[in-house]
Amino acid sequence: MSAAPIKRAYLVLENWFNLSFGSWNPLYHLGTLTFFFFWIVLVSGIYLFLFFHGSLDGAYASVERMTHEQWYAAGIMRSLHRYASDAAVGTILLHMFREFALDRHHGARWYSWFTGVPLLWMVVTLGITGYWLVWDQLAQYIAIGSAKLMDVLPIFFGSMARNFLEGALSDRFFILIEFLHLLGQPMLLVFALWFHVRRLSNVSINPPRGLAIGSFLALLTLSLIKPAVSHDPADLTTVPQVLNLDWFYLNIYPLLDYWSAGSIWILTIGITFLLMILPWVPPRPAGAAAVVDLDNCDGCKQCFDDCPFDAITVQARTDGARHEREVVVDPALCAACGICVGSCHASNPFRKAEKELKTGIDMPQLPINQVRTMTDTAVAALTGDVKILVFGCNHGFDVTRLNSDDTIGLSLFCTGMIPPTLIEYALRKGADGVMVAGCRHADCYFRFGNRWMEKRLEGEQAPVLRKRADRRRITIQGGAETDHNVVEGALAAFRQELSRLEQVEPEESPHG
Amino acid sequence: MAKRYLLQVVNYAIFMVLVGYFSSAPAYRHLAEDQAMVVLAFSHAGQHREPCREVSAEEMAKLPPNMRRPTECPRARSPVTVELLMDGKPLLSTVAKPPGLFDDGGVDIFLDTTVPAGEHQFSIRMNDSVRMKGYNYTHEQVAVLAPAQLLFIDFNTEQGFVFK
Ligand code: HEM
Repeated sequence: MSAAPIKRAYLVLENWFNLSFGSWNPLYHLGTLTFFFFWIVLVSGIYLFLFFHGSLDGAYASVERMTHEQWYAAGIMRSLHRYASDAAVGTILLHMFREFALDRHHGARWYSWFTGVPLLWMVVTLGITGYWLVWDQLAQYIAIGSAKLMDVLPIFFGSMARNFLEGALSDRFFILIEFLHLLGQPMLLVFALWFHVRRLSNVSINPPRGLAIGSFLALLTLSLIKPAVSHDPADLTTVPQVLNLDWFYLNIYPLLDYWSAGSIWILTIGITFLLMILPWVPPRPAGAAAVVDLDNCDGCKQCFDDCPFDAITVQARTDGARHEREVVVDPALCAACGICVGSCHASNPFRKAEKELKTGIDMPQLPINQVRTMTDTAVAALTGDVKILVFGCNHGFDVTRLNSDDTIGLSLFCTGMIPPTLIEYALRKGADGVMVAGCRHADCYFRFGNRWMEKRLEGEQAPVLRKRADRRRITIQGGAETDHNVVEGALAAFRQELSRLEQVEPEESPHG
Repeated sequence: MAKRYLLQVVNYAIFMVLVGYFSSAPAYRHLAEDQAMVVLAFSHAGQHREPCREVSAEEMAKLPPNMRRPTECPRARSPVTVELLMDGKPLLSTVAKPPGLFDDGGVDIFLDTTVPAGEHQFSIRMNDSVRMKGYNYTHEQVAVLAPAQLLFIDFNTEQGFVFK
C-alpha cells in the first residue's frame, strides 16, 4: 500500500501526542479545535471592528492606535485574531493530513473530503483580505500581487493592478474588501462548514474543555510576548523591500517574483483538482451497503441513532407488520462499517441456534450468521489452559497476528459490529476470555465503532451487555497497525488475570 | 501525571513557537536594497485597421433605412506595440492584441521590472496602427531613481508618455 509510510509517519505523531494528552490528543480533535479557533477569531474580530476605521486614509492609523495606545485590550485582540487564524490553518492542514493518512476519504466518505478542499481556499482568502485591511506595506504588496493574479482571469475588464499605481486608487475598492472580510467571506465559510459535516451524525463542534483552555492560554501568552504589529504605512510611490510575511496565509505571493500569474493559477488549480479527486484515486470497490430485513426489524431505531454517516432513516412501516416504524439504508451514504449490526438486538447469536441467524440489518459481505460460525469454529479450535478469543477490526491492529494454540483473532469490519451477546456467546461456548481490540481508543476508523462498543459493554448504550456475562472475562484494548507492544502487553496481562480467576473460582468459569 | 502536564506545556510551547514564528517570518525580500521598480501601465485603444470609407448613394439605397449611414468604419483595431529601453538596452516590450470578438477592444498594458537605483536614460516607442510604419509615439526622458522607488510610466493620447 502506497499510503502505509504516510500512515506510519502520522501514527508516530499521534503516539507523541497520546503520551502527553491521552484522550485529549489534539489530533483527535482537529475539526473541533478549528471551530474553537474560529470562535476566538470571531469574538476578537468583533472587538476590532468597533475601533477600525474603514477607509484608505483612516485604516492604518486606527490599527496603530489599537496596537499601541490600547495595547492591553484591542492590541491583544488583534494578536489573538491573527494567531488564532494562523493556528486554524495549522489545524486544518493537520486535519486534512490525518484524514488522508488514515484513508478516511474513500467510498461513501468522498463527500466530506470533497467539500473540505474549498474550505481551505475560503479560509486562506479570508486571511488575505484581513491583511489587506491594515493598509500597510504588506497590504500594498498583497493588493498588487492579488491584482496581478486577478488580471489574468478573463472575468475583469480593465487592469486591476493599475488601480494601485499612484493617483488611481479609490476608497470604493477598499470598502469592497472590507465587506468581503467582515461579512461576505465569513458567511460563505459558515455555510460551507455546514455543508462539510452535513453527511456525518453526532458531529461535535467543541473540543474537550481542557484542550480549549490550554490552546487559548497558549495563544494569549503568545499575544503578550509577541504582539501583532503592522509594517510601515502603504506608500504607492515606493515598493516594499522586505516583508514579514504570514506564511500560513500569504505563501503564494513570493511566487509572483519568479513565475507568471498564469502559471500560479495553473499550479493552484492543479493542486486543488488533484486534492479533489483523491477520494477516487486509486479507484477501489466500495463495500456492499447494509441491508434491512424487515422480517427481523422491529423499528427500534437503535441503528439509526448509531450510524456515524447518517445513512439510515426511519419511516412508517411498509410491510403491514404491527410495528410502527422501519429503517431504510441509503446505499450511497453507507460506509459499510457494520456498526448497525452491532446495534441490532436481533443480532443475538443465541437466537435460532440450529438455523441460520438472521438479523434486522446485516452486511452482505459478512453476515452475522457467518460471524457466529467463525466464532464457533475459533472457540472450538482453542486449546490450552486459558483460551482467549480476540475480536479486532480491519483498520486497527491486525489481530490474526496474535494467533496461537490458545489465542485466535477474528477480524471484522469494525468492533462496533459486535453485538454484546456475541461476546457472551463466545464465553458460553468455551472461551475463558474475550478481548476486543479494534482501533486506538477514541480514534475509530468509522468514527464511533469502538466508542459505541465500549458503551454497550459498560451498560450505557443499547444493546447492553447482559448481567449474566462475566465482565471480568472481557477486556478492551485498541491499537493501530503499529501497536503490537501495546496490544500484546494487554493480552499477556489479561491472560494472567484470567488464570488467576481460574485458580480462585474454577467452578465459576463460564463453561463449568 | 506531573510528567504528562510537563509534556503538555512542552507541546503548547512548540505550538506557540510555530504559530508565532511563521506568522511573520522568515522575512521575504521582495526587492533588493539597491533596486527600484519601473512599471509601464496604461489602457489604450489601437487605431482602426482600415480607415472609414464613404458609402456611395447606390450602396446606401440597398441598405434598410435604419442602417443607412454616410460612412462605414470597420471595427477591427490595430495591435499596440510598445518598447521601453533603458540606457539604450531593451527593458520591457509587448505586442498587445486587441481583445474582443471583432478585435475591437482597447488593450490594458501592465509591465513591470526591477532596475538598479540611480540615473537612467529611458526611451519609449509605440506603434498603434497597422497603417503606419515605424513608431508613431516616442518619448525620451532621464530619471533618477531612489532605492525602492516605483517609477510609474503612464500614457494618454493628449500628453503622450508621462513619468509619475
Ligand atoms: C475550515 C476547516 C475545516 C473544519 C472546521 C472541519 C471540520 C470537520 C469536522 C468537525 C469534522 C467531523 C469530524 C468527526 O466528528 O468525526 C470533519 C470531518 C472531515 N473533514 Fe473536515 N474540516 C475542515 C476542513 C477540511 C479539509 C480542508 C478537508 C480535506 C480536504 C477535510 C476533510 C474531512 C474529512 C475527510 C472528514 C471526515 C470524515 C469521516 O470520518 O468520514 N476537512 N471536518
